Amino acid sequence: MTGWLDALIQGVLLGGLYALFAAGLSLMFGVMRLVNLAHGDIIVLAAFAILVVAGKLGLDPFVAVALAAPILFVIGFALQHVLLNRTLGRDLLPPLLVTFGLSIIIQNGLLQIFSADSQRLRSGAIETASIPLGGGIAIGVVPLLTLLSAIAVIVVLNMIFYRTPIGRAFRATSDDLEVAELMGIDISRIFATAMGLAFVVIAIAALYLGLRANFDPTIGPARLLYAFEAVIIGGLGSFWGTLAGGVVLGLAQTIGARIDPEWQILAGHLAFLVVLALRPRGLFPRAQD
Amino acid sequence: MGEAAAKPTQTFRTGTAGRAPGAIAAIACVMLLALALLPVVAGRNLIQDMIFLFYMLALAQCWNLLAGYAGLISVGQQAFVGLGGYLLFALTLLGGIDPLLAIPLAGLVSALFALPTAFIVFRLRGAYFAIGTWVVAEVYRLVFAQFKPLGGGTGMSLTPSITSSVPGIEWVKALLNVRTPAARDLISYWAALALMVGTLGFVYLVLRSRRGLALGAIRDHEGAAAGLGVDIYRVKLAVYVATAAMTGMIGALIYLQKARISPDAAFSVTDWTAYVVFIVVIGGIGTIEGPVVGAVIFYLLQRYLADFGASYLILLGTLGIVVMLFAPKGLWGLITERYDLALFPTRRRLVIPPRAEIARRVDFPK
Amino acid sequence: MPFLETRNLTAFYGDFQALYGIDTSLDKGETIAIIGANGAGKSTFLKAIAGLIHGTPDSVQLEGMPIGARGAADIVKLGIALVPEGRRLFPSLTVEENLLIGGYGRKIAGPWTLDRVYALFPILRERRSMATPALSGGQQQMAAIGRALMSNPRILLCDEISLGLAPIIIADIYAALPQIKAEGTSVVLVEQDIVQAMKVADRVYCFQEGRLSLTGRPRELTREQIHRAYFGS
Repeated sequence: MTGWLDALIQGVLLGGLYALFAAGLSLMFGVMRLVNLAHGDIIVLAAFAILVVAGKLGLDPFVAVALAAPILFVIGFALQHVLLNRTLGRDLLPPLLVTFGLSIIIQNGLLQIFSADSQRLRSGAIETASIPLGGGIAIGVVPLLTLLSAIAVIVVLNMIFYRTPIGRAFRATSDDLEVAELMGIDISRIFATAMGLAFVVIAIAALYLGLRANFDPTIGPARLLYAFEAVIIGGLGSFWGTLAGGVVLGLAQTIGARIDPEWQILAGHLAFLVVLALRPRGLFPRAQD
Repeated sequence: MGEAAAKPTQTFRTGTAGRAPGAIAAIACVMLLALALLPVVAGRNLIQDMIFLFYMLALAQCWNLLAGYAGLISVGQQAFVGLGGYLLFALTLLGGIDPLLAIPLAGLVSALFALPTAFIVFRLRGAYFAIGTWVVAEVYRLVFAQFKPLGGGTGMSLTPSITSSVPGIEWVKALLNVRTPAARDLISYWAALALMVGTLGFVYLVLRSRRGLALGAIRDHEGAAAGLGVDIYRVKLAVYVATAAMTGMIGALIYLQKARISPDAAFSVTDWTAYVVFIVVIGGIGTIEGPVVGAVIFYLLQRYLADFGASYLILLGTLGIVVMLFAPKGLWGLITERYDLALFPTRRRLVIPPRAEIARRVDFPK
Repeated sequence: MPFLETRNLTAFYGDFQALYGIDTSLDKGETIAIIGANGAGKSTFLKAIAGLIHGTPDSVQLEGMPIGARGAADIVKLGIALVPEGRRLFPSLTVEENLLIGGYGRKIAGPWTLDRVYALFPILRERRSMATPALSGGQQQMAAIGRALMSNPRILLCDEISLGLAPIIIADIYAALPQIKAEGTSVVLVEQDIVQAMKVADRVYCFQEGRLSLTGRPRELTREQIHRAYFGS
């Protein structure tokens, strides 16, 4: 019984990580209807960026991410402004193919620079610290921080989207590009800003990716799939739905792993397919749309 | 359409013929014959290269039909390559079926798998469909990795008794005076040639049919096509299942030739989707000629640059992005912009008889 | 020099030419109405001024400055705001957010603030936190006009603001016009409702199949002239 309770708790905590992966993807789709096939690879890229900043400056990853975040904001802004804005339009193929190409470039670029070796972000004692809950169940501090960070990210994103002028501009642009322009909104700038913001979220996701487990240049595509599954399970259009989707996916994976360790990933995918078959609009779809 | 069709003012006819269809058909026949007889003069390396070229081209034609015509942008076609490969292993090793018979059977079973797969992934639209197909391919990979009779996660090899039992192998050995492995390659070569030509022919015939016209309409404007009475779901489903069958057959052939299979290789997104997408985009999506051009270029790059590993892939990715941004119709698009060429004419042209002068004065509604 | 001027303005949708060399002018504080049958090019004309369709730089001039090739986001910053055909409010924004976003690109102090718009259309204050799809057609039109006013435009372009509304509602909306003009705003109205247009406009331009077919002051034009300008002869 404890084993199952433990699986549930760990599943919810793992869901925090997936929600962090998914929040960036959700943001990109929400504002510019962009489905970014390189999302997972960009998370891995950010993890390497934190690794390098932490290593070169001898910093703790938590400090390094604060330094890497603005850099990543600029990279995201530039990527959208220079490259991805050119691909957006009625035709679906260009954004998909360009981000697919980016995925291959990032993956192999990282392989070239860092080799296929596994890496890990090191943060001392916190990595292994845990809070005992009694009954043989303990919560790892890092997994807990992951979930809390995911909640914090979603609260902040919701505040930006629903309480600030730029958030209004994000939503207006997503509703109607042409009329948004009539409001004096510079579309390509808004898109670039949204991508910059998504990259900051990605930096936070990358921090926990690297703290929780080993990573190497090839694990990006799987992270894209988890992020995507969380977004679809939760239902498009709501950040809280994305968090819920992440938790559902995390639970499915830990429960699957509890039955047979080799079934962890498969159980997550199957949960996604079941949700898709039964509730194609996700578990928590936005009322309108 | 006959002369009697539109009596009142004007008669029109539509035709799909290009400039000199007869000449091109003749050239095609000669080329086909030359390719079929190539083994008489070619060495084993060239034959193996050609097998690779043929199956990549066949895969590219399938993906082109899916993405370029039906608007189904899949990044999960590796699901059917791997499935076809594993089916070949299952049918021959576990079922004791003749390998050449196993290839069409693998195609048939792939189509059967494609139906429930479509039921789920068709719930996702546009770009989400793409990632959804990828998830499905991962599910296939993970399931086959669990299937111990076919080697589980590490995979397995075809036994020599099967690879050497390909029908016709003795005949080839005697005719061309070669050893068993070379004879096996030759059988694979002809099978690959047949599959490639078959795929090409199938795509060509589909596009020239009424259903092909519906596909073009969907590609150009899905909403308008639906308004004109095209049952989009059914047309897309038919294309998805048909390409799954062909992709499955190609996958079976690939793994008959490779004689060794593992889940990671058989369901590789890079090998069976990224490369294929690259071929179609570089060559020119939405044309039959484009993938042919793309496959030849990809073959040359692969042959001379693949040793550079990661840098080679970076180059491919960059090339794909550049073409998508600056020449979205691909190399074949650049060629046809300059010359009015169509090796596989599928576009319908309005043929206006000479007395149609009046038509010029008719004002078209806005 | 006129305040806003179009010179030999042409516009295309692909191969289809929608406007053929339109010359118009608008003075400061003036209201002009563009009338004409469906498909005459009236909306295209407004879109060309608002920067949604691009022409040659000289084809649209604001106080002599060529602005015909500028994008819509630029144009609004120059003080030209469009109330688009069909209202086109942002459905995922509340009424108040729709008004606020109207002032996003042009943040200058002026007569029009949230409070002032609410004073002009009091019903909007009551509905301020509602989603816009829940509003009636007339309320949506008020919100769309209010949204455009929030940029404190020097020129207000209105595309078919009476479309699909009951006469009594149309009268309500047109009742707001004098207050808008009182702030010195020039107005370009595209209007199907000729009677309404004639009532409020200082001058009228009639379009026919993308060409200017008649110009004049409402009082000086006869029914026959307008009928001919509408439908040709």
